[in-house]
Amino acid sequence: MSRKYLLEIGVEELPARFVGESIDQLKSNAINLFKEERINYDDIKVYSTPRRLTLIVHGLDGKQEDLNETVKGPAKKIAFDDEGNPTKALLGFMKGQGIDIASIYVEELNGVEYVYGNVVKEGKTIEDILSINIPNIIKNINFPKSMKWGGKNLRFARPIRWLVSLLDNKVLYFELEGIKASNITKGHRFLGSSKIEITNIDEYVDVLRQNFVIVDQEERKDIIKYGSEKLAKEKGGNLQQGEELLEEVTNIVEYPTPIIGRIKEEYLSLPVDVVTTPMKEHLRFFPVLDDKKRLLPYFITVRNGNEDFLDIVIKGNEKVLGARLEDAKFFYMDDIKKPLESYVEELKKIVFQEKLGTLYDKTKRVQKLAEKIGEYLEVGEETVNNIDRAGYLSKADLVTKMVSEFTELQGKMGMEYARHSEENEIVSLAIFEQYLPRFAGDELPTTTAGSVLSIADKMDTIAGLFAIDIHPTGSQDPFGLRRQALGVINIIIDKKLNISIKELIETALYIYVEVNGLAFDYNKVKDEIMDFINGRIRNMFMDMGIRYDIVDAVLGANIDDIYDMKIRANKLNEWLKKEGLSEILSAFNRVANLSEKAVSDEVQRDLLTEDEIELYESYNNIEEKVISSIYKKEYDKALDQLMVLKEPIDNFFEKVMVMVEDEKIRNNRLGLLKKIYNTMIQICDLSKIVSK
Amino acid sequence: MYFQDLMLKLLDYWGNKGCTILEPYDVEKGAGTMSPHTFLRSLGPEPWKVVYVEPSRRPADARYGQNPNRVYQHHQLQVILKPSPDEVQEMYLDSLRAIGIDPLKHDIRFVEDNWEAPTLGAWGLGWEVWLDGMEITQFTYFQQVGSINCELESAELTYGLERIAMYLQDVDNIFDIKWNKDYTYGDIFNKAEYEHSVYSFEKADINTLKGLFNIYEEEVKKVLEDGLVLPSYDYVLKCSHTFNVLDARGAISVSERTNYIGRVRNLARLVAAKYIEQRQEMGYPLLKKEVLKDE
Repeated sequence: MSRKYLLEIGVEELPARFVGESIDQLKSNAINLFKEERINYDDIKVYSTPRRLTLIVHGLDGKQEDLNETVKGPAKKIAFDDEGNPTKALLGFMKGQGIDIASIYVEELNGVEYVYGNVVKEGKTIEDILSINIPNIIKNINFPKSMKWGGKNLRFARPIRWLVSLLDNKVLYFELEGIKASNITKGHRFLGSSKIEITNIDEYVDVLRQNFVIVDQEERKDIIKYGSEKLAKEKGGNLQQGEELLEEVTNIVEYPTPIIGRIKEEYLSLPVDVVTTPMKEHLRFFPVLDDKKRLLPYFITVRNGNEDFLDIVIKGNEKVLGARLEDAKFFYMDDIKKPLESYVEELKKIVFQEKLGTLYDKTKRVQKLAEKIGEYLEVGEETVNNIDRAGYLSKADLVTKMVSEFTELQGKMGMEYARHSEENEIVSLAIFEQYLPRFAGDELPTTTAGSVLSIADKMDTIAGLFAIDIHPTGSQDPFGLRRQALGVINIIIDKKLNISIKELIETALYIYVEVNGLAFDYNKVKDEIMDFINGRIRNMFMDMGIRYDIVDAVLGANIDDIYDMKIRANKLNEWLKKEGLSEILSAFNRVANLSEKAVSDEVQRDLLTEDEIELYESYNNIEEKVISSIYKKEYDKALDQLMVLKEPIDNFFEKVMVMVEDEKIRNNRLGLLKKIYNTMIQICDLSKIVSK
Repeated sequence: MYFQDLMLKLLDYWGNKGCTILEPYDVEKGAGTMSPHTFLRSLGPEPWKVVYVEPSRRPADARYGQNPNRVYQHHQLQVILKPSPDEVQEMYLDSLRAIGIDPLKHDIRFVEDNWEAPTLGAWGLGWEVWLDGMEITQFTYFQQVGSINCELESAELTYGLERIAMYLQDVDNIFDIKWNKDYTYGDIFNKAEYEHSVYSFEKADINTLKGLFNIYEEEVKKVLEDGLVLPSYDYVLKCSHTFNVLDARGAISVSERTNYIGRVRNLARLVAAKYIEQRQEMGYPLLKKEVLKDE
C-alpha cells in the first residue's frame, strides 16, 4: 500500500533570502534519504512561507524490500564434528546471524570448504525510517547564518516553534531537541487560528488557506505580481520590473494583499533613483512608472493580511515613505549645493585600504592609469581629456550624503551630480560606467571613456591588493577581485581593445610606486597577477564552451592581448573539427618536446644532411606565408599552411637521429626544430592539444 | 496616549510577565544593551528577566533640535528574557495590544535584521519589527556578548519609544510628542538637544577627551585587576561614550576609528570574561534561586 507523508517545520519569521534555498535543501535531503533507504515514492512537493517549510511526499513504499544476503561462516571441518553434527562454532555462527540449520550450505573457497548461510534481512518500515531520520533532515538544512536559542543544542536560521509530522493522517512522532512533532499547526499570525489540527494530508493546503496562509509560494508570487500590476494599470502605469524584489516580498508574507499608496508630488522632481532606491531598499515598495519610464506618484506595497482596515495601513506606509524621501531629498539637495569637483578634496579623509592610501590616492592612480590606457589605445585628444576629467571626479560621489546612505548608488549619483555641475555628458556617463559590470551578466560600459575608466579602476584595485599580498583564495574573495578581473576581460573583448595585459599590469604597479611609494617584490607580484588574470581567462573561455586543451594551447602561446586570444581560441576550436589531425598534432608534439633542448634557433645549412634538407626547405617555403597569415589574424589559414610540414617532420624523425654525440650537428638539428616551434607558438601551443 | 503612559504601560505589562522592573543605569550609554543589566547578565548560565527604560545618547545623531526624527538622546525600553521563552513573539505582540496597537488593523512584520555592536563584541540574529512600514522594535536573540558565546541565549526587545509615541499620537515631529498633559517632548528636551549638539559638534575639547579616553581605559584595567567587575565596566561605558563624542566631533580618522573600536571591544571582553569567572566562583546564585522557585 502506498503511503503519504507530511512534514511542516514551523518557525519564527525566516529571513526572506533564506526561504527559497532552504526548501530546495529540504527536498534534496528527503530525496537522498529515500535513495539511501531504498524507498520508492511517486512525488515530493515542498512549500514555504516565512513561518513554515513544508514537505509532502506521495506514493511512499510502506517498507524497505527484504534483503537476501549470503554470509560466510567457519570452515566445514570446524563447523561439524566427526559425526557430522554442528559444533559449538557453527551453533554460535547461526545464533549470531539468526538463522537455522536449514539455510546452511557448504561451498569451496580457494580449496577449503566453508559453511555459508542465507540471511534474510527484513526491510525497515517507513515509520522507523522516518522517525529516525527526519530530525536529521531538519538539522541538515544549512543557512548562510544560523543561530541558537533558549539554551537548546540546535542551530537553525530562526527558532523552530512547532513540527507537524503525519504519516497517512496519523502523527508520526519524533522529537527534535525537546520540540515534539504533532498534528497541530498555526494559521496566519493574526487572522488565522493558532491551533489547527491537520486530520488529512490532502486537506493541508486548503485548511491553511482558510486560515489565511497561502502556503504555495508560486501562488503567492502570482497574487502579488498580478495584483500589483492591476493596481498599477488602474493608474495608467506599469510596475517597475524586479524579479529579486518580487521574490523577496513573496517570502515575507503569508497572505498577500497588494495595496497602492501615494508619493507626494514634490519628490517626483528628484532623480528617479533618489526616490526609488529608498522605496525598494528600505521599504520593499514597488515603484510605478509610465510608458516613458517616468516615475508616477504611486507606490505599491504588499500587506501581510486581508483587506480590512487598509486605509490605516496605507496611511502608515505613506507616512514612513514620506520620512524616508524627506531624508533622501535632504541628502540630495545638500549634496548639490556644491559642485561635484569640490568633493574630491574630502576623499583625502577616507581610507581606501590601510596600506594603499586614501580614496584620494586611488583617484590619482585611476586617473593616471586611465590616461595611460587612453593614450596607448590612441583614442584621440578629446577622449583622453574626457577620461582625465572623469578619472579625477570618479570617486567624488563616495563622500556625498546620498551615497553614504545608499552605497549601491555609487557612480549613479556621481553621474547625476556631474550633470548637475555641468560636466559634459561623456564625462558624466563615464563616472557611472566605471563600475560596470557590477555583477555577472550586467551591462558593460557603452562609451570609450567609460570602458577605459572601468578597466583602470579595476586594474588599480587588483594590482594594489596583490602588491600587499591580499589574494583571493578558495571561496575567499572579500574585495571581489575575481569579478573585477572578469569585468576587465569582458570589456576588452566586448570593445575589441588591443591592449597588452602585461603592460597594463606593469603600469598599474608602477603607478603605486609613483603615487604611494609602495614597496613590494615587483617581478613576483607581476607574475602573480598575470597568473590570476590567465586563470580568469581560462574560466571564461571554458564557460564559452571552448575545450580546456584549446584554452591551454592559446594561453601557452604567451599572447598578451585578450581580444586576440579569443579570436585564436575560436579559430582553433573550429579548425580542430577537421578530420585526421591527430597525426599532425603528434608530429608537432615531438617538435615541441625536442625544441626545449635547443640552444638557439639557428640553422647552418651546410651542416644539414640530405634527410634534413627536405624539412628545412619545406619550412622555408611556408615561413613567410604563415607569418603573414598570423599578422592578418587568419590563424586557421596559418595552421593549414603548417600542415604541409607533417610529412617532412615524420620523415625527419624516421630517418634522422637528433641527439647525436657531435654537439654541432645536434645543436643544428635542435635549432631546426626550434625554428619550426617558434613559428608554431606564434599561433598557439599545439602540443597542448589532446588529440582524440 | 502620553509618552509617560506609554512607558508605564510597557513596564507594567512586562512586570506582570515576570520581568524585574529596574531604573535606567546612571552612566552615559548609546543603547539599553550597554546597561550592565543586559550586557553582563546575558552572559553565563543564570536566568534573568528584566525591563527598564534607558535614555540613550548618540552624539552623532544630534541635530540641534531641528530634525523631526533624529535626536542626541532618545529613550529605549529594554526587555531581556533569558532564556528566550518559546512564546516570546506572542508575548511581544500582546505588549503591542497593551499599548493600543491592534495587529488586525495594521500590517505588522518581522523583517530580518542582524544586530551587531562592534564596541561590545556583541551580535545576535532577529528582526526589526515593522508597524505599517515603520520600525518600532529591535528583536534580537543574542549569540555573542563581549566576544563570548552566550551559554543561555536571551531574547532582547528594544522598543523605540519616540517612534511608537509619534505613531500613537499621530505627530510628525518628535518634539511635538505629548509627554503628559502639560508638557511636550520639546518643552523638556529641546534645549538639551541644542546644547549637546553644540557641544558634540563644535565645543568638545578634543585633547581633553582623548586624554580622558586613555585615563578611563587604564582605570578599567587597573580596577579589573582588583576583581571589581562593575566599577571597571562603568569605565568601559565612559570610554564608549567618550569615543562617540570624539567621533561626532569629527576628531577621529577612519583608521583611528577602527583602532578605538578595537580598544573598547577589548575592554568589554576583559570585563565580560571576569564577570563569568566571578559568577562561577559565586556558584551562580540566580541559578540556585530558579531551582528553588521551580520546586
